[in-house]
Amino acid sequence: MSEFFGSPHALLILVLAGFLPNEIWRMAGLWFGSGVDEGSEVLVWVRAVATAILAGVIAQILVQPPGALASVPDWLRYGAVAAGLAAFILTRRSIFAGVACGEIVMLVGKWWLG
Amino acid sequence: MPRRLKPHPVTVALPALDSPHWQSPLRAFALGMSSVASTVLTLVLFATYLGIGALAHDSQFSLGWVLGSTLLVWAGPAQIILISTLGSGATAVQAAIAVTVSAIRLFPMVVSVLPLMRTPKTRRRHLLLATHFIAVTLWVECYRLLPQVPRERRIAFTHGLGCGLLTVCMVATTLGYGLAANLPQLFAAAILLLTPLAFLLSTARNCRQISDVLALVLGLALFPLVSMLHTGVDILISGIAAGTIAYGVHWSRERERA
Repeated sequence: MSEFFGSPHALLILVLAGFLPNEIWRMAGLWFGSGVDEGSEVLVWVRAVATAILAGVIAQILVQPPGALASVPDWLRYGAVAAGLAAFILTRRSIFAGVACGEIVMLVGKWWLG
Repeated sequence: MPRRLKPHPVTVALPALDSPHWQSPLRAFALGMSSVASTVLTLVLFATYLGIGALAHDSQFSLGWVLGSTLLVWAGPAQIILISTLGSGATAVQAAIAVTVSAIRLFPMVVSVLPLMRTPKTRRRHLLLATHFIAVTLWVECYRLLPQVPRERRIAFTHGLGCGLLTVCMVATTLGYGLAANLPQLFAAAILLLTPLAFLLSTARNCRQISDVLALVLGLALFPLVSMLHTGVDILISGIAAGTIAYGVHWSRERERA
């Protein structure tokens, strides 16, 4: 069992550095959000901020790519996402078509670059 | 100008709102669990967690540890940050700060989605598990699916959906951990590209009002500008600014109409 989980110290770090700093925002949402009404104007603003923060996460991965994605040139990353978005719009909002198209453009581009 | 954008066509076959299928909470849980098969985001999560399993293996974490992180953290970007910062020798405090900054987005998500599940009888503790399950995928899927679920069964349904997605991701984490040594670099790049593609398209589909569309476009455009300031909380600044501008446009249009 100790081999499966590793040292107790590593598990403690998982809880202190991973679980708690992440979960605190969910619990804060549960605590502060419980008085908000479904049709309220505040919720329109909150949803706009949630959407814009998510857009920031997307932009960050594309502009400052992590790990292996950094090996894909800038123009190819942006081109692949643009192609995915175009396919999504042309297929009347099919996420599958958009994701598949973006991935294919990236893979073909990498293969073509050699 | 129509105030609401046209909703995307519904493709899942859930029972009608007044169907007897919804009478048992257990049945609602099962329907939630099987809805996992109705979305391509499940595939995206599967591939993402293959990548997380492989990353954990390469960074010399144990299988139990990374499975624990999937269960407890349950947010792809936070797990990638946690594993890569700890793996590169950063201290636990540095890792905790990086994780918490990435997790701020969960706050507005929880606040905006919980009202869909609440009934006058719902207590806060009833929402505890559903709140833990909320991440991008569940947020998007709740907006899509919950309107087709009777209100008093929505928590049970969400528990089913969350457990279904968690099971898929635990399997993927284990597989990725086992396959790690055999995954080529190109595959790793393809997996990392999945997150921005799927986040972008599922958020675009989730847009219900003009303020949502504006928030998405402005958020994408503002981040590269704000990131030049290197504040450490760039995403938060660009997100609140873009979201507030988008809301302002929505507000002034409503005023004109009134």
